[in-house]
Amino acid sequence: MSTSTHTVLPAPSHGAGRRLSRWLHTKPRARLVALIGAPAAWLLVMYIGSLVALFLNSVYRLKEDGSGIDKTFSLDNYHELFTTQVYRDVALRTIGIAVAVTVIDIVLALPIAFFIAKIASPRWRTILVAAVLVPLWASYLVKAFAWRAMVASPGGVLDTTFGFSPGYGVTALIVVLAYLWLPFMVVPVYAGLERLPNSLLEASSDLGATFAHTFRRVVLPVIVPSLVAGSVFTFSLTLGDYIAVSLVGGSTQMIGSIVYQNHASNLPLAAAYALVPVVVMVLYLLGIRRTGALEQL
Amino acid sequence: MKTARLAALAASVALVLAACGSDSSGSGATALDKLGTAEKQLNLVVWAGYAEDGSTDPAYDWVQPFEKETGCDVQAKTAATSDEMFSLMQTGQYDGVSASGDASVRLIDAGLVAPVNTALVPNYADLSTFLKDQPYNSSGGKNYGIPHGWGANYLMYNSKEVTTAPDSWGAVFDPASPFKGKVTAYDAPIYIADAALYLMSAKPELGIKDPYSLTQVQFDAAVALLKDQHGVIGEYWNDYTKSLSAFSQGTTVIGTTWQIIYNLAVAENPDLKTVLPKEGSTGWSDTWMISSKAANPNCMYLWMNYITSADAQAQVATYFGEAPANPKACDVIAASDATFCDTFKATDSAFAEAIHFWATPRTKCLDGSGDACVPFSEWIKAWTEIKG
Repeated sequence: MSTSTHTVLPAPSHGAGRRLSRWLHTKPRARLVALIGAPAAWLLVMYIGSLVALFLNSVYRLKEDGSGIDKTFSLDNYHELFTTQVYRDVALRTIGIAVAVTVIDIVLALPIAFFIAKIASPRWRTILVAAVLVPLWASYLVKAFAWRAMVASPGGVLDTTFGFSPGYGVTALIVVLAYLWLPFMVVPVYAGLERLPNSLLEASSDLGATFAHTFRRVVLPVIVPSLVAGSVFTFSLTLGDYIAVSLVGGSTQMIGSIVYQNHASNLPLAAAYALVPVVVMVLYLLGIRRTGALEQL
Repeated sequence: MKTARLAALAASVALVLAACGSDSSGSGATALDKLGTAEKQLNLVVWAGYAEDGSTDPAYDWVQPFEKETGCDVQAKTAATSDEMFSLMQTGQYDGVSASGDASVRLIDAGLVAPVNTALVPNYADLSTFLKDQPYNSSGGKNYGIPHGWGANYLMYNSKEVTTAPDSWGAVFDPASPFKGKVTAYDAPIYIADAALYLMSAKPELGIKDPYSLTQVQFDAAVALLKDQHGVIGEYWNDYTKSLSAFSQGTTVIGTTWQIIYNLAVAENPDLKTVLPKEGSTGWSDTWMISSKAANPNCMYLWMNYITSADAQAQVATYFGEAPANPKACDVIAASDATFCDTFKATDSAFAEAIHFWATPRTKCLDGSGDACVPFSEWIKAWTEIKG
């Protein structure tokens, strides 16, 4: 091998790639399709498609003997959902639990996020943000199982340490779900507070406002969109839960547990019921669109 | 641009429709006449612990010897509930299933499983007679499966808290139970039969003969009983590890259980005891069934014969904790555990006959008492309402 005397520049390519790129240059419409075709197809088929499948199944019905699905259009499932007490009770209970979880997460996330964004030193800020996010890397199932051992009564960790535990039931369920979804609230609130200039807090305090007054008049208006953004997560995640409720909910049923129980035995009914959280979330999102919270997501 | 978007949406809807419409209803399948050459594959739907290949515990491996012997490569899909088994079989991708009685009749009615020619399963002759030609594994005089193993649902209690030993299922159906919040029940529609069984003797005026063949009045009474019971239930179980932890820790002190759960739980909590209540009991008897669309029928027949051999049955029964369908397995087990078959009453036909094995209720009553029985679809709906 001899040492080369002059540098070899890559020859201009006349291959297929070059020709394709030249063709695309003249065809903006084709360029657009090539760019977003795959993601759009993914969105349509996997996402919209599954919703359509859900809706289609919800207008079928189970054969009388439970041996299969009768694929003729019928609104029987919806009729049943609206006229049977248990489905209304469970839907309302689930929404109630979602509200409780969201409120608890807001109350917990505010001081945590405020401390991280405004009080902690930059070094600590990084560590604390990581500490809030790390639990998200552990499996949801493992965390829910750990809580099963925590709240067991008698003999659970809470019971043996503090002499009190709520035992399996709605209370334990709300505590566990609030724990599971807390990072989803802390992160948007922290991001909102970061954007709040310290000078505003200082100005408020210079003008003689108490902490409560500053919080109400300066901090809150800035972070309301963040709170709403966080609540979208805590609310929707709770509406869909079926694992935590089976592990720590005792004999409680939620929308998710009924869908899960029926998905194999009565798919059409499960599909119809699964649309309840979808409708609730759509209404919720429409309601908050005006707050500007959707830009915070 | 708008038309393009609409076209894309229409295309995706069409795709979904095509995907939904692809399954067909069952055909009038007939049993195999004679065995052909074994295919290379076998796809099974099984209960956990029914097809062990040594990956869970190296000491328990009855799948690999079968593969070596027959050349059929076994792919076993574990299902957690009977409902899941039913929907997996609907896909038509599996050759066979280990169905319990609350799935087997549905599978037969839906045409998802084919009759079995028992002449092609030599070990069938050895199986306990009380398991053959039962409502849950035969229909219209045709045999639809090979018995695998069976067990009763017992009443388990923690003798430290439940100081007077219960002898009746009434202990779990008392709405004023002193163990409120510590009672458990099996989380499946088929549990309604347990309430019906209790009512057979508690309310003889209802005239219940078979807990799986209930008229509307009888059914309503059972559902009412279970709604009252809901108030004292701490939690329902359908995953046996959940029941195991609840009983060992003491968060649950009384409720229905399986022998295998008791065996594991008593090792951690010696206060636990079981009893077969005076009313008798419900139970399960599992059946190997062959899919009506089986791609590998010969391998499935080879499997059905292999899994009912004395050696394989001995391994399955000791691993899972159930009574083997083949009593000859008892001789094999006796070499290592002399009392095993007595514990599970494997050869006690009187005991087995007192058990009301799970079966799928349907409008045409299983016990032949008429055409006015509450079908399983109603049981499923009622179960959701019972849990409130």
